[in-house]
Parts: sequence; structure tokens; C-alpha cells
Amino acid sequence: MAGTNLQTPILQVDHLSMKFGGLVAIGDLSFTAPRGEITALIGPNGAGKTTVFNCITGFYKPTEGMITMTRASGEKFLLERMPDFQITAKAKVARTFQNIRLFSGMTVLENLLVAQHNALMRASGFTVLGLLGLGGYKDASRASIEKAVYWLEKADLMDRADDPAGDLSYGAQRRLEIARAMCTGPELLCLDEPAAGLNPKESLALNELLLGIRRDSGTSILLIEHDMAVVMEISDHVVVLEYGRKISDGSPASVRSDPKVIAAYLGVDDEEVGDVLVEVGDTSVIEELDGVAPVAQGPAETSSMFEGPIADTVEEAGGETIVPASPAASKAAQVEAETAAKSPVEPKGPAQ
Amino acid sequence: MTAISDNTARSTSSPYGEAIRQALYAALLSAGLFFFFIGLESTQDISNRLILRSHWGVLATVVALVAIGRFLFIAFVLPAVDRRRANRGPIAVVAEKDQSFLRRHRFKIMIALLVLYPVIIVSTVGMQGSLKWVNNFGVQVLIYVMLAWGLNIVVGLAGLLDLGYVAFYAVGAYAYALLGTHFGLSFWILLPAAGIMAAFWGVLLGFPVLRLRGDYLAIVTLAFGEIIRLVLINWRDVTKGSAGISGIPKITFFGWFDFNVSSPNYIGKVFDIPTSGAYYTIFLYYLILALALLTAFVTIRLRRLPVGRAWEALREDEIACRSLGINTTNTKLTAFAIGAMFGGFAGAFFAARQGFINPESFVFLQSAIILAIVVLGGMGSLSGIAIAALVMIGGMEILREMQFLKLVFGQNFTPELYRMLLFGIAMVVVMVWKPRGFVGSREPTAYLKEARAVSSTFTKEGHG
Repeated sequence: MAGTNLQTPILQVDHLSMKFGGLVAIGDLSFTAPRGEITALIGPNGAGKTTVFNCITGFYKPTEGMITMTRASGEKFLLERMPDFQITAKAKVARTFQNIRLFSGMTVLENLLVAQHNALMRASGFTVLGLLGLGGYKDASRASIEKAVYWLEKADLMDRADDPAGDLSYGAQRRLEIARAMCTGPELLCLDEPAAGLNPKESLALNELLLGIRRDSGTSILLIEHDMAVVMEISDHVVVLEYGRKISDGSPASVRSDPKVIAAYLGVDDEEVGDVLVEVGDTSVIEELDGVAPVAQGPAETSSMFEGPIADTVEEAGGETIVPASPAASKAAQVEAETAAKSPVEPKGPAQ
Repeated sequence: MTAISDNTARSTSSPYGEAIRQALYAALLSAGLFFFFIGLESTQDISNRLILRSHWGVLATVVALVAIGRFLFIAFVLPAVDRRRANRGPIAVVAEKDQSFLRRHRFKIMIALLVLYPVIIVSTVGMQGSLKWVNNFGVQVLIYVMLAWGLNIVVGLAGLLDLGYVAFYAVGAYAYALLGTHFGLSFWILLPAAGIMAAFWGVLLGFPVLRLRGDYLAIVTLAFGEIIRLVLINWRDVTKGSAGISGIPKITFFGWFDFNVSSPNYIGKVFDIPTSGAYYTIFLYYLILALALLTAFVTIRLRRLPVGRAWEALREDEIACRSLGINTTNTKLTAFAIGAMFGGFAGAFFAARQGFINPESFVFLQSAIILAIVVLGGMGSLSGIAIAALVMIGGMEILREMQFLKLVFGQNFTPELYRMLLFGIAMVVVMVWKPRGFVGSREPTAYLKEARAVSSTFTKEGHG
């Protein structure tokens, strides 16, 4: 953490927008990920978290906005302009996937060797020298296996090294995917729901692994997570999304007590926000309801007096129909409106 | 389930009595079935009268075959299967630990056998008799082994379904035929040239189809194969169209000696041995063997290099590949180019061997056969593919030799005409028996403690 104030953030997202046809998945999102920290990106289902990831790692080209990656060397990369494979190769951003994408027919070790493709490719003289048995490919190959072994030990997969990746248990596959991403030598590691489907013990091991990565390799981590235990435990910085917009940004503690976040997650009526605030100290409320589709999206909720006019939901603009991601249903927006109208409602929540 | 256990229980008490009983039932059943199908035939004579002819001999043969088959199955095959099933667990462990000499050195033994093959043939059937065996079996099978190994890089490793592989074979063949006849260049210069030319066309095909996956890729590569063939037919000024190119120069042994009887450097004159056509065939056999082994060597080498691993990773998951910083475009192009290069080598060899080529040799059926060999052998497995080529191509040639079938099916029966039918049946049987080909498992390219083959349940076929 030391010195981060003096350093430029490793990732800076400015005014990022992503539209699919008329649907706005992300609208004018700006946030920064400080260097050497774990930044968590949270929000209800469909908030656009994975879309943000896909924009950062080049799998989507954003409609608008700028994503700046600053490497430790000071080199700057505009990620939105780079092809996806170069983002990993040059800008050193690695990612994992929500639905695990391992090379299931290759062994665990081979998975980690594929991740070191670019370094090995150079060492093998772009195949030509390696094919003839010239050059330093043998040394590079040995070094790559050593690096793989290092990450196998970190991910606690040493005894499975020669087994096919598809044969591993779910939790082991998750850890292998993280180890594989780390083998590309990233400066920023993007993890898409690494704790999904893990049991509490595996979840704990994952926390250890991630904290170890941050401590030992200095890699910054950007994390999408639904498991609040993981988020609150390990992250230094939390960004909350709802309907493609940022509703909160700050330390885990400040985000946890933000009325907009609570409203977004629990989808309560505005009158009840205050009552919920009383319970804020009890994080289990959030945990219990996380993962469940927010009630805010249900039709019953639209009967709220804060519902916007019809023109708000389907808007004719320049001939093309734009469907904003339903701001009328956004609980965070309602809270915002309310706090603006009246004076701050309930500051009687427990002290943070 | 109960019927099976019933059977085994009975067969253990008295396998032969049970087998004879079952054989009798089978004979009765088949006699009843085939009585009208095979035993009787109605024909018309010159005056349009219907005549009933009988084939009791054939009927008896078929019924006897059924009975014997049933007897053997019940008496020997079923108990053997049961025994193996019962012993499967312990046997597998023992086999892993205690590998026999034959098993450990099976590849070396196979290569030694291939090298000795012409010697064995010549010493058993003589110089003149060896022609058929070395040429029709040896050279013919090895050409397909090489082609299938080349296609294996594209389909088996990189998982890109290529239905137009024969186009590269054609490019190699025409490159050698045209440059050889017009400029009189040596085979040894034109062999790499043909490979490079084919690789160039491989890249050319690769570019437009990079974005396509699965069925779409297959269709475009199929079309590419046809385009090349149609160009060869219609570009008469250069390729002489369907008439083809003849008088393609024979290969010389690096200029030291050659195989033209009239030439001063004829092998017979150089070594003072009697004139024979078999020398060239034997020379061709060793040449194609060397080319095929080169293909295998390069493939094995490439699999352990990053590019080979990237091919297999591409087959497993393309998106994950890109997330690891692998340039999938280049990776696919190298697979196309290297696969095509070996097709080009094989094509140049084919042209030199035939001495005459025309577009009829490069029809879609050829692509289909090569692909069938790759799939039958087990995608990615060199040894499986070699076995599949031997079974399919060697099997086709063997059919010509099976004159005894005429005794069964009558004098008008020509077994060659049924080869595609038998081919199809063989493929269906193999695919039911081993859906992932002869060798479905995959050898890892690197290991820490021990190399364990990856079962076919985990590997993917690729879809792009």
C-alpha cells in the first residue's frame, strides 16, 4: 500500500460506455484500480461487471471511453485500441473466466506451459531454431517448467501436475485457472468470480492464494465477486455497479454502509431504507441475499411512486430506440432522488 | 442383462455343449432366412419362361459359416471377454509396471520392419514379383500415411476441419510436374519448392477462413479444394486440362545414378547388376518412407515446441488461448501452412512416381479418404493414423487379391467394386467399437513425474 498515492493507478477507466444495439450495458463508467491493491467490482446480477472485464481485456470493443493501463515501467497502453491477445502479451493484463476455460484435454503442467507461449516462442526462435535443436530453447523450456512448478505449489496442485486439467475438481480448476493466468507474468490480474461454486474451505484457500499473489509478486488484482465474505476480507477498494453505472466507490467499510448499495442489493422500498440501515452492521443480510436476482428488477417494484414516465423507459433518440438499463427500477437512483429531495434521512445507523 | 449372465453361467459349466446347441439354432435360423434369399433364384429363359434355379452349395456355405461363427463366438470369444473383464483391474496395473521389450520398443521395431520390408519381399517373391507388393502396398500406403500425418497437424492438433486438403497435394504435384518438364529442374530442388508452394497456398486459404468455425470452415475448405481442381482442368495453356501432364522426369539419386535404362548413369550400369524395373520402385519406397518419417519427426518435435502446444490449446479452447496472449491468427496460419507443406511434398513425390498426372487424381474423394484415415486413426495420434492408413489403403489393395471370394459369390464377382461398401462397413464398425479412433488417448508433451496418456473423455475435437 505504501507509496501508492504517489504512483499512478495501474488501471484507469474513463467514461466507459458499452452499447449492444439499443441496450446500454455500461453507461459512462469511470473508476481507477490502484497499483498493488485488490480492487473488487461488485453489483447485482446483470449490472455489467463481466462486460467491464470484457472491455478491459479486449474481448469487447467499447462504444466510448478510454481504458489506460500503466505498467510498472511507466509505459502506458490504451487497452480499448489493442487486440485481445496483445493486451495480455504487451500490456500484461491477464484474466480468468466466469465459466472456467481450461484446456481440459491437456495436463495441468501443459496448461501452465501454454500460458508462457510468447516467452517460449521467442526462445525457440519462432519455432525454426527450436525445430533444429539450436539456440537456447532447452534452457527456456527448463525455466518455464520451473515457473510452472512455482505456481503449482502456490495453487496446491503439485500432485496433480500430470493429470488432465478436465479431471480436476471444480475448486482445483479455479485455482489452476488463476495459476495459468499468473504464468503469463501479468501486472494486472482480472478474476471473474473466482469464488463461485467453492465451498467455504476452498474459498478460504482462494483468499490465501490471492493475498499471496498480491504480497509476493506485486500483481494488482481486479476482482468480480458475489461472495461478500471474499470481497470484504481481501479487497482494498470496492467499486459497486448497478445497471451499468457506478453507484459507489471506496473502501469495503464505506461501501458496505452506503445506502445506495444496500438499496441496490436488497431492492427495498425507499421508506424501508432507514430500517435496513439499522441492520447494516449485520453483513449477513447482504450475504444472504447476494446471488438472488435483485427484487428491484421485478415488475412488482415498478409500481413505485418514483417510477419515471414511460418516455423514460423507451426513448426515441435520433431515430434509434435506446432502452436505458431501466433507471426507473434502480433502487440506488431512488435513494439518490430521495436524499436530494429531503435532508439526509437516517444518519442513525451504527458507527462505522 | 440377465440373459448375458445366464449365458456366461452356462458356458462355464460346459462351454462346448452350449456352443454346439447355439450353433445349431443359428444354422437353423439362417437356413430359414437365406433359403429364399440365396437358395432360390428365379430367372427368365430365352422364351420368357420363368425358371427356378437353386444354389444349394452357396446356401450350405453361408449356413455353415453362420454356424461355425456362432460356435466360435460362444465357445471362445465370450469366455475370453468375460475373463478379460474379470481381470481388467489387476492386469492394467501389471502392464504399466512391467512393460515387455516388444511394447517398449514398438516404434523402433515398426520402423525396422518398414526398412526391411522390400528386402523381405524381394527375397520371398523375387525381383519381378516384388513390384506389386512394394509399389501397391508399400508406396501406396506410405503416401497416404504421409498425407494423413500432414492433415493431422491441421485437423488432429489444431482442430481445424479441412475438407480440401487434396488441393495442396495437387499444388505440390503440379509444381513438380510443370517445373520439372519445362525447366528440367531436379526433384531434389523441386521437392522443397513444391512444399513451399503448397505452404503458400495454405496461408492463402488460411487468411479468408480464419474467422470461420466448424461447418462453415469445412464448407469453405471443401470449396477451395474444388476451385484448385477446376482451375487445373480449365487453365489448359498451363496444365493441359484433363489431358494432364505426362513425361514427368524420374527422380535420380542425387545425380549419382538414375533409373532410365537408356541413360549412361543407369543404376544397372553403375553397379553392374541386371536391368530391372524393381530398383526404381524400391528406391521410391525408401524415399517415401524417409519423407513420411520426416513428417512424423517434425510433428513430434513441433508438439513439444510452443507452437505445437498452442495448436492443441487452440483445439481445446480458442478464447482461453487469446486470453493468454497467443496470436491465434498466426497459430492457425502456421498449422495450415505446415500441414499444406507436407501435402505438397507428398504431391511432388506422387507426380514423380506416376510420371503422369491429371486433375482426376485430386478429387474430393481423396480428401475424404485422407480425413477418414485421420479420424479412424484417432485425431492427433501418429501411430493410430499409420494403422488406419494400413487398414484402409492396404485393405483396398488386399481386396484385389481376394480371388477366393469368387468361389463364394460366383465368377462375376469383382471384389474391387465393393471396396467402398466394405470400407463404409469397416468405418461404421470401428466407430461403434472405438468412437475416438484406434488411438483415442493423447500423449502429454511435458511431464513432471510420469507421462500418463490423457483419456479421450477430456480431449476435444475442436470446432473451428
